[in-house]
Amino acid sequence: MTDTKDRTAYLDLDTKDETFLDATELVINMGPQHPSTHGVLRVILKLDGEKVLGTECVIGYLHRGVEKIGENRTYAMFNPYVDRMDYVASVSNGLGYCETVEKLLNVEAPPRAQYLRVILTELCRIASHQVWLGTHALDIGALTPLFYCFRDREEILKIFEKYCGARLTTHAFRIGGCLYEAYDGFEQDCKKFCDFFLPKLDEYEELLTTNRIWVERTKGVGILKPEDCIALGVTGPVLRASGVKWDLRKRQPYESYKDFDFDVPTGQNGDTYDRYLVRIEEMRQAVRIIRQASDRLPQGPIMAKVPKVIKPAVGEVYHSIEAPKGELGYFIVSDGSTQPYRVRVRPPSFVNLQALDKMVRGLLVADVVAVIGTLDIVLGEVDR
Amino acid sequence: MPEETKGSNSVSPSAGGDTPPVEKAVVPAEASASQSSAPLTKAETLATPAEEAKTDRAPATAEKPAPVAAAKAVAAKLGAPPAAKPSVPPKPEGPKPEPWESELVTRLRRQYGSGIKEASTYLGQRYFVVDSSVLYEILLRMRDDELFDYCVDITAVHYPKRDAQFDIVYVLYSFHNNERIRVKTQIKDGEHLRTVVGIWETANWLEREVYDMFGVTFDGHPDLKRILLPDGWKGYPLRKDYPILQQDKEWVQINLGIESGQ
Repeated sequence: MTDTKDRTAYLDLDTKDETFLDATELVINMGPQHPSTHGVLRVILKLDGEKVLGTECVIGYLHRGVEKIGENRTYAMFNPYVDRMDYVASVSNGLGYCETVEKLLNVEAPPRAQYLRVILTELCRIASHQVWLGTHALDIGALTPLFYCFRDREEILKIFEKYCGARLTTHAFRIGGCLYEAYDGFEQDCKKFCDFFLPKLDEYEELLTTNRIWVERTKGVGILKPEDCIALGVTGPVLRASGVKWDLRKRQPYESYKDFDFDVPTGQNGDTYDRYLVRIEEMRQAVRIIRQASDRLPQGPIMAKVPKVIKPAVGEVYHSIEAPKGELGYFIVSDGSTQPYRVRVRPPSFVNLQALDKMVRGLLVADVVAVIGTLDIVLGEVDR
Repeated sequence: MPEETKGSNSVSPSAGGDTPPVEKAVVPAEASASQSSAPLTKAETLATPAEEAKTDRAPATAEKPAPVAAAKAVAAKLGAPPAAKPSVPPKPEGPKPEPWESELVTRLRRQYGSGIKEASTYLGQRYFVVDSSVLYEILLRMRDDELFDYCVDITAVHYPKRDAQFDIVYVLYSFHNNERIRVKTQIKDGEHLRTVVGIWETANWLEREVYDMFGVTFDGHPDLKRILLPDGWKGYPLRKDYPILQQDKEWVQINLGIESGQ
């Protein structure tokens, strides 16, 4: 008796049984161990069939307490740790940190160090965008760009290795300038890389830009309007693809960026395809900067006069740079001792990831993968 | 270092052999210039300023055998014969916050009066310290009237010895004026703040992180829960009374099935 009653209850469409209504809405877990989440990101998806009704990101799987570590290390000792946040763009992290401490100390790196820093940071921007392009394309189904990108990235890593001995977590800069002088033939290597890389970039574009599958999978997907970007604090290529021409290298120039001639590419539609085009163009502009900087690398010291024991005066400073992923800021409070009283990192990936929900609502599950890829997040930086 | 001092030794071998080589470092010009206050007879009898400085400081070494750096610093900073008293080199004064006057400050002061506790610049960076009771109004005004449309960051700093233990820092940026500003407020432990998610959507995760790390509650937040640490975790790691090796052992044992995370 009870059996039949249950069965009818299940079949009756007019019933208010919640379990039945829930059956049309499906909540599934994506990640944390999922190849297209670029690390350990867990996204809880609320689906209606294949349509995404809402998402919730669960993060923190890679949380190492970088900010707490910073409070317990001296200024110089903390420098290598920041490389481990955004590990595909470690040079940028180091640059932001060193510059912030320099600001706190009220010193400036000498011109030669500034040029060296710009060259390495722009190389790093290209390397970061290559990792993004390779994995993003792989997520969407194009296998070849991954191999191409990683093959060509190797040339950048070789330069890093020759310059400072490390390939990934480089610890290339020190507070006050650079520790290592450019090796013999450094400029030539950089220029050689530029000549080598531009045709390769065309190759990537040949594979994707007009590829019908790529265009269909990316055009009109994950649209972010400029006002949404600003409200959500989204920065970097994602913001620029929405049509906001904002780049800290131009708006608040740091290092020697004001010496170089380069453009800030922007998109119009703020979709995944535009973000792809913006990043590709950014790599071209990075090549322009590297060429100019290697041509005009000034002579002189590479280290400013910084005391052996770094003890900034009591005070606090916020400083940010344009990292490959967006605005990377450091807020450092000094209490006059050898260790920072507080180090706050404003990570671009963390803030940009917040836009995921807005971008994927109403799209299909497969598009979530494309949108995570296009945000270019690194979970090491999201979780810190 | 020893080689260096030997070098300076050989330049002026006339100095007494007893004095440690340390003291023979060449004295900067300013030091010798300011030594005009020294007895005239001495200055007349001595040929070079370097020698003058040396003989002047010879008694000093007998009194106080200072380390190289200190002695050099004394010579450079004071320039006077240190025989009078063994002085400690004064610490170089760091930059100080300077009061910041601008139209924006005047406008805000006119409206909020003592709600604006401080308006300063430090190393060229501007910041306000405002009372927590008017914080929300000011932030709203900053966005709507002063065009600070981008909330860069929200964070906190813990000062356990202070009465108002937490500094909450809002870093704002204006796309229109290309201007960055910090708005700070001070709150006591347990005091709540009104959420600014309604002003800037980006505040959602940023406030969650402040809650997660410092235990500061934001009223009206749509989903105030831990973000980087697991939900059941006890304690707020970025507080100063939370040592770096501390962990929520109970959570680790229950959820990870291991004795300790270390």
